[in-house]
Amino acid sequence: MKRRDFIKLAGSSAVIATSGTAVEARQSHPASPDAIGMLYDSTLCVGCQACVVKCKEVNHMAPNPEGEAQWEMNSQLSPYALNVIRRYDSGDGSVKDREQDGFAYIKRQCMHCVDPNCVSVCPVSAMTKDPVTGIVSNDPDICTGCRYCMVACPYNVPKYEYHDPFGQIQKCELCNQPGVERISNGLLPGCVEVCPTGAIIFGKRDELLAEAKRRLAMNAGDTYNYPRETLTAGREHEKAIPEYFPKVYGEHEGGGTQVLVLAGLPHEKLGLPDLPDQSYGARSETIQHTLYQGMILPFAALMGLTYLTRKNMFQADDAAEDDKDNRQNSHQNKHQNKHQNDKGNGGHHE
Amino acid sequence: MSDHANIRPLGGRLLTKPVIFFSFFALLCVIVIFKRLILGLEDVTNLNGGYPWGIWIGFDLLVGTGFACGGWALAWLVYVFNKGEYHPLVRPALLASLFGYALGGLSIMMDMGRWWNLPYFYIPGYFNANSVLFETAACMTVYILVLVMEFAPAMLERFGLKIPLRVLNKFLFAVIALGALLPTMHQSSMGSLFVSAGHKIHPLWQSWEFLPVFSLLGALIMGCSIVIFEGALVTAGLKQRVPDERPLMNRLTAFIQVLVGMFIILRLHAVNISHKWAYVFEGDIYSWLFIAELALIAWPVIFIKRIRKNGPLLFMAAVSLLVGAAMYRIDLSIVAYHPGDGYQYFPSIEEVLLSFGLVAIEIVAYILLIKLLPILPGAATTNRINEFNRAEQG
Repeated sequence: MKRRDFIKLAGSSAVIATSGTAVEARQSHPASPDAIGMLYDSTLCVGCQACVVKCKEVNHMAPNPEGEAQWEMNSQLSPYALNVIRRYDSGDGSVKDREQDGFAYIKRQCMHCVDPNCVSVCPVSAMTKDPVTGIVSNDPDICTGCRYCMVACPYNVPKYEYHDPFGQIQKCELCNQPGVERISNGLLPGCVEVCPTGAIIFGKRDELLAEAKRRLAMNAGDTYNYPRETLTAGREHEKAIPEYFPKVYGEHEGGGTQVLVLAGLPHEKLGLPDLPDQSYGARSETIQHTLYQGMILPFAALMGLTYLTRKNMFQADDAAEDDKDNRQNSHQNKHQNKHQNDKGNGGHHE
Repeated sequence: MSDHANIRPLGGRLLTKPVIFFSFFALLCVIVIFKRLILGLEDVTNLNGGYPWGIWIGFDLLVGTGFACGGWALAWLVYVFNKGEYHPLVRPALLASLFGYALGGLSIMMDMGRWWNLPYFYIPGYFNANSVLFETAACMTVYILVLVMEFAPAMLERFGLKIPLRVLNKFLFAVIALGALLPTMHQSSMGSLFVSAGHKIHPLWQSWEFLPVFSLLGALIMGCSIVIFEGALVTAGLKQRVPDERPLMNRLTAFIQVLVGMFIILRLHAVNISHKWAYVFEGDIYSWLFIAELALIAWPVIFIKRIRKNGPLLFMAAVSLLVGAAMYRIDLSIVAYHPGDGYQYFPSIEEVLLSFGLVAIEIVAYILLIKLLPILPGAATTNRINEFNRAEQG
């Protein structure tokens, strides 16, 4: 590389370096003001599995078609189970909602993230988030089955139907997918409708968040009228306030979730990971946008490379043309070429 | 392009023992593909709800295209840095790259659960520019086309199509420039892919913003090493029918030295700034994998002087570099990937058969094509001499 070339390459590198810093880090998306959601209070859950059964009924899913029909107790989410109740056990498991020698229940389902990774990473926009309700749903007619959403979901929620050669991704769509549409028709999600203790309630996310914070602020041992179904359904039941772990899971985790979780022990123990406030998807997008915003950087690099390639190639081509056209006159050139070859070939050429 | 004048097809018998051996595995691969298409992924793979990506992504895509970076590494050396002496290595490397990428592409298609929806990757209004996988797929697709065009002169020369050859040569420089750029983009993206997996990747491999840098350097290391590896194999397999390229290979190690140095320094730097030394010295499988990856690529650089004097040692160094860089990618995508919730993954026999089968297809096609097309340098001269000798003896 000659000095002049180097300066040109350095020039395009400068463009690369400066345009790279111009992009701001991608901020977390805020929740829609009309975002709906659910509040799951682990301390109210008695592990009855009514929600699991109702979920299967609403979504037309057979109980474990791959083996014996059975409760989904402690099983994983699967293409047949979009909602499961899992149990935490420690030591002798004698006291509910205690970390040591206790037990607890956790409802696992799609958290309907405020800034979902699955939507960020889906290469074909098959995974979408409703701009009003915030429900995260998958369109199998577009989905390519690449399963990147499964890689990127911090809760391992989307499940692919491996058993079917034409399988699709299954996940909780808050009972509002085409053909079900309970929310659009003014109904409750299946799991909320059947929950006997109000462990899972439905409502607007900001109202549920306020309710969750209210519960955390109250004194353990006092009584409280816990609502069932929704905050305003008027179906309260009185119960003593338990010792809560002082965090509303989903207020900030991974950019926030629309399914909020209260528990009596650290949420990590229940399989909900401790996530940074910025979603992984936002962090990944920041890298992509830094490199590819407006394709300025790749274009600048391409220009530099094209210049150098053209220059270096035609220099070589000119030699070839000379070689062909003036075979008689270019003995010297040819000789040089041959000499070079011999050197490069370690003498085997002859 | 004066050096291409020396390039001729090797000729010779096509159905040799290695060809038959690898054809057997290529056939098995085709059977697995049919089984996957008819019965679905569950009957062929051990993929599950926690491990959506197995070795078809971790090995075939990430390592397969990594090993296929030879054409790209040489494009930079020859056309960007103007190191014309490497020109004889370009065509064999391009051929291997073309196979590596095409079969990597085939492997992802087999991994796609709903492959018939694949066109949405390329339809505006559907594709999602925020997705690293979109960038990777779109960029890889264009690069496969670029590789075809870069390799086209060999085909056109073989069939004596002078006019299309002349037309292609007019704008080949633009194609080559694009070919130098594109792998920079998608090979770095293969690291960025795992940023969104977040805490599921072990802290020693989840290096966030460093991931694209490590992936890019790894790709270049693999690209240069595979040129040495393939060159040595071809030279050994075709004794005295192709020139000894060792002096060139030795000079290639100088580039590898720089790349490996940058990789190791940055990898340790990333550990240092995020205070992850405790994981390095934990003594568990991950700390050993981390150390092994670095050791495998470090020793060829430490003993570079001895390696340059010794042919077999140079070959071993290339293998070690390839294994080390490949290990990094497999660890990142599979071994260090922990979805939690009690999920486990180990590849099934059929997954391995497909992966190995694709490599077998590559080897068979490579052997056949170097005999049929003008790819290897200097062969014509020596070949003609051999034939002449044989005729004399007979």
